[in-house]
Amino acid sequence: MSDRPFDLVVIGGGPAGLAAASQARQLGLSVALVDEQPAPGGQIYRAVERAEAEGRATALGEDYRHGLGLVRAFHECGATLFASHQAWQVEPGGRVFATDGKASRLIEGRRVLVAVGAIERPVPIRGWTLPGVMSVGAAQILHKTIGLVPDAGVWIAGSGPLTLHFAAEIVAAGGRIAGILDTAHGRLPETALRHLGGVVRGWRYVARGLGYLARLRMADVRRVSGVENVEALGEGRVERVRWRSGGQWQEAPASGLLLHEGVVPNTHMTMAIGCAHDWDEAQKCFRPRTDRFGMTDVEAILVAGDCGSIGGARVAECRGRLAALGAAASLGVISAAERDRLAGPVEAEVSAHGALRGFLDDLYAPAAELCVPPDDVMVCRCEGITAGRIREAASLGCRGPNQVKSFTRCGMGPCQGRMCGPTVTATLAAALGMTPQEVGAFRIRPPLKPLRLGELAALADAEAGE
Amino acid sequence: MFRKPPEAPDAVLVEVEGRPVRVPPGASAAAAALIAGLASTRTSPVTGEPRAPYCMMGVCFECLLVIDDEPSQQGCMVTVRPGMRIRRQEGAREL
Repeated sequence: MSDRPFDLVVIGGGPAGLAAASQARQLGLSVALVDEQPAPGGQIYRAVERAEAEGRATALGEDYRHGLGLVRAFHECGATLFASHQAWQVEPGGRVFATDGKASRLIEGRRVLVAVGAIERPVPIRGWTLPGVMSVGAAQILHKTIGLVPDAGVWIAGSGPLTLHFAAEIVAAGGRIAGILDTAHGRLPETALRHLGGVVRGWRYVARGLGYLARLRMADVRRVSGVENVEALGEGRVERVRWRSGGQWQEAPASGLLLHEGVVPNTHMTMAIGCAHDWDEAQKCFRPRTDRFGMTDVEAILVAGDCGSIGGARVAECRGRLAALGAAASLGVISAAERDRLAGPVEAEVSAHGALRGFLDDLYAPAAELCVPPDDVMVCRCEGITAGRIREAASLGCRGPNQVKSFTRCGMGPCQGRMCGPTVTATLAAALGMTPQEVGAFRIRPPLKPLRLGELAALADAEAGE
Repeated sequence: MFRKPPEAPDAVLVEVEGRPVRVPPGASAAAAALIAGLASTRTSPVTGEPRAPYCMMGVCFECLLVIDDEPSQQGCMVTVRPGMRIRRQEGAREL
């Protein structure tokens, strides 16, 4: 059923996974890469080969085109690609089960590298379930894959580098942004002073951010700062957006609203495997506990890229290479001394590309009302559970997310708690006077994505046919 | 909400709610529903509210669609094929 055990099975075809696969092949490991998308690149370099072939990649920026080199190196490295494959279970010993939507297969690895990236932090506000309210990342995927751009009346609300990057990208592509409601509450001068060393070393990234701002000013895109309490209003679809700034409520017509409050590690897989996780207070999220090579407390499992800790694309790429070194050394293919020698320059790159991270985490920390929303705001979109219901469950004695799930069905819908998990943990922690670490997260069980019985049965058929 | 994409020579002809729609190659079924201008793409089986694609990367499950008569498909994870029939998912799928 499984052709042979690969030395390394990489899950995720973004910068971390691609770099890890290429590096591991260079070290002589046999490698399989399992990716849910039809073409490698991950979300950051999504459809980069198609965009290049259609002449759109250059307009999407040099950072985006950087992914082309990674993807091409991967194609030439000799790794086996399982594209359009969803990994729905990873066993601690290294067995990976994945489906192509029709049939499941077993892909065995002596080591497994989880490189499944980040997901956007949920933005639970009033009206966020209305059609026409999407994430900024969603709109950017539409732009990268098929060149779709927002038209008149689309607002952006949120904070973080992606909001500016995306707005500037859309303006350059001839699309329109009605305005940006900036919810960052970190004060720029003070934050920059606190992280002066990082700001100086990360000046290239700072310059890029200033470039986005200049482009938005030139295009006369309205920017409102100090925004709180964003709400989407409408009957059956978003029609208006409402917010408070400077103590004043304001309202504007809207044909769409794009939300973004930064990204958090996609920990579903590492949690299901049973790896140890810690609460990261600076990035307000859980992340798997690893050493400098991404090795987790489960021997066969490694982690690289944003699913380990948010660092951005270039850091993820470096972390992928480090994980490949870690995997090779743990399999005895290279010595620890060789691993460390090769790791040196890569770690220097991590430090250079990651210099601005502390500043960004601080400046763009999500507002308290977004982590712990008011009673009437829907937290679990699948099951229609409000923050009030979660607090009610806490008052009835629920001490953690899993009890809240049993009491309310919160987190029990098809998304399996991906969209509500962070909010449930934060809301419970606040209600119980505990830390997020103490409260913990939803227990994640396979299958990681809903699976038809036929897809599962195909596995047994393959076994019987052997 | 989104500008109609320029007509590509290699556009893919699909059917959204019974209407023919030409979409760029590489589009997902959820993107096709957005291009077709559907106000919403499903109703929640729990609350009955209208919903539409939110994350476009396989996380939120808001874009569940009936694709070629197969219900509860994650529309953002399925690439269009010529002749694909895409319909709204009304409430829960039938078992």
